[in-house]
Amino acid sequence: MIIIENLQKAFGGQEVLRDVSLRVKTGEFVALVGLSGSGKSLLLRHVVRLMRPDAGRVLVDGRDVALMPRRELEALRSRVGYVFQSGALFDSLTVFDNVAFPLREKTRLGESAIRRKVLEELDQVGLKDAEHKYPAQLSGGMLKRVALARTLVRAPEIILFDEPTTGLDPIVVNSILQLFDSVHKRLNLTGILVSHEIPEIFGIVQKIAMLHEGRIAAVETPESIRCSANPVIDQFVNGKPEGPIQY
Amino acid sequence: MIETLILWGTWGMQRVARLGKCTLFFGEAVGCCLTPPLKWDRVLKQIWFIGWKSMPVICLTAAFTGMVLALQGHPTLRRVGSEAFLGPLVALSLIRELGPVLAALMVTGRAGSSITAQIGIMRINDQIDAIQLMGLNPMRYLVVPNLIAFVVAMPLLAAVFDVVAIFGGYLLGVRVLGLNAGAYFGEMNNYVVIHDILNGFYKSMCFGALIACVCCYKGFNSRFGAEGVSVATTQAVVDASVLVLVWDYLLTALVN
Repeated sequence: MIIIENLQKAFGGQEVLRDVSLRVKTGEFVALVGLSGSGKSLLLRHVVRLMRPDAGRVLVDGRDVALMPRRELEALRSRVGYVFQSGALFDSLTVFDNVAFPLREKTRLGESAIRRKVLEELDQVGLKDAEHKYPAQLSGGMLKRVALARTLVRAPEIILFDEPTTGLDPIVVNSILQLFDSVHKRLNLTGILVSHEIPEIFGIVQKIAMLHEGRIAAVETPESIRCSANPVIDQFVNGKPEGPIQY
Repeated sequence: MIETLILWGTWGMQRVARLGKCTLFFGEAVGCCLTPPLKWDRVLKQIWFIGWKSMPVICLTAAFTGMVLALQGHPTLRRVGSEAFLGPLVALSLIRELGPVLAALMVTGRAGSSITAQIGIMRINDQIDAIQLMGLNPMRYLVVPNLIAFVVAMPLLAAVFDVVAIFGGYLLGVRVLGLNAGAYFGEMNNYVVIHDILNGFYKSMCFGALIACVCCYKGFNSRFGAEGVSVATTQAVVDASVLVLVWDYLLTALVN
């Protein structure tokens, strides 16, 4: 279970996260939406201590992430999968070596077992034939799939997606979101998905949290958020140019 | 007046803080070098990259340095009737000072800049964060192999530099200026002692550690975007080069 309590973060006097509180139950898949620059990715980075809060705390299974000693933090990070917006694949390694990297470094599996697992994961994301390619030879959608395969090969219990579908065409977006949905259902992962893909994400998450002006403006189910009376949510979800959100 | 003092004070404090951070970074890297697991495949790859791939530029620079030393030294020595000492002049200048320093400066430009840029790009593309999030320490993958490789490769490169430069001095002094080959090498044999060679060896190792530390630190702390990596690379080359010269002075003063 992930609990974020009264989280605050500012940069040079500019408050990005003012007072963020959010709960994600074990096995729950929550979408985090909000304007560009509202601090969604920043919030996600606090969950794995890539950032430390100015105030407030993040608890994962009851333990404060900011106070974890190094070994405990490494153990937590081993349980968490994080899919970056850019994919963050190692450009000097092939697709196969990228996916095999965590297995080679963190497990004692032999090369044949690693090969079997990697090809299995690449097959799951539909990229078995791309094993010899380098990241620079892949399309945006393929990069995201490889990044997902590299994350899943470690069998994480928690998965964090940081805008994994940004900049992709609608067909690829839907295929990747369906892939996330099937992974979530198959492995019963706890997940947070930062995304702008509305309404595409409505079908795959249990809850939607909207981050606005440094606070969680609402946490609702996809059904209730569609017809929310909150003018901020209504404007954002329906993409209305007029409303309380000023650009 | 007070405002100027505050500005200078702030500038000084920032420099001290940066130096402190860089020292802590170096300390952590050394700590990782002394504790397993070490990534020996990456260490060998970096020795090949830093050492072997720098050979052409080292040999070229060394040959011309040796020739210039002979060309400048010969007329001066002839004025006092000591042309026979051209060999020791070239050899001692190179082995004690010029070999380690010039090799370090050339390697900073060729390999150090490349390492800063590579680590900087990994930083801005979240690749370093990705390593951390696999529960691994990026220091072991990106800094330790470079640190060991620099410390191993620098004395070897300085030795190659010395040999090629002495040969360059021989070509010019003996083949062009007509000095006796026996005198060139014989006097060198009389004046160069093991202490001089060890002095150059230790200096090269220190320079290697220094370049690795500065270049990796700058890459690790690169700011975002292409400009951030570009600034980090420039700073790494300038800072490492200046530090090599300052450190050379301090070591020379200490040894002498």
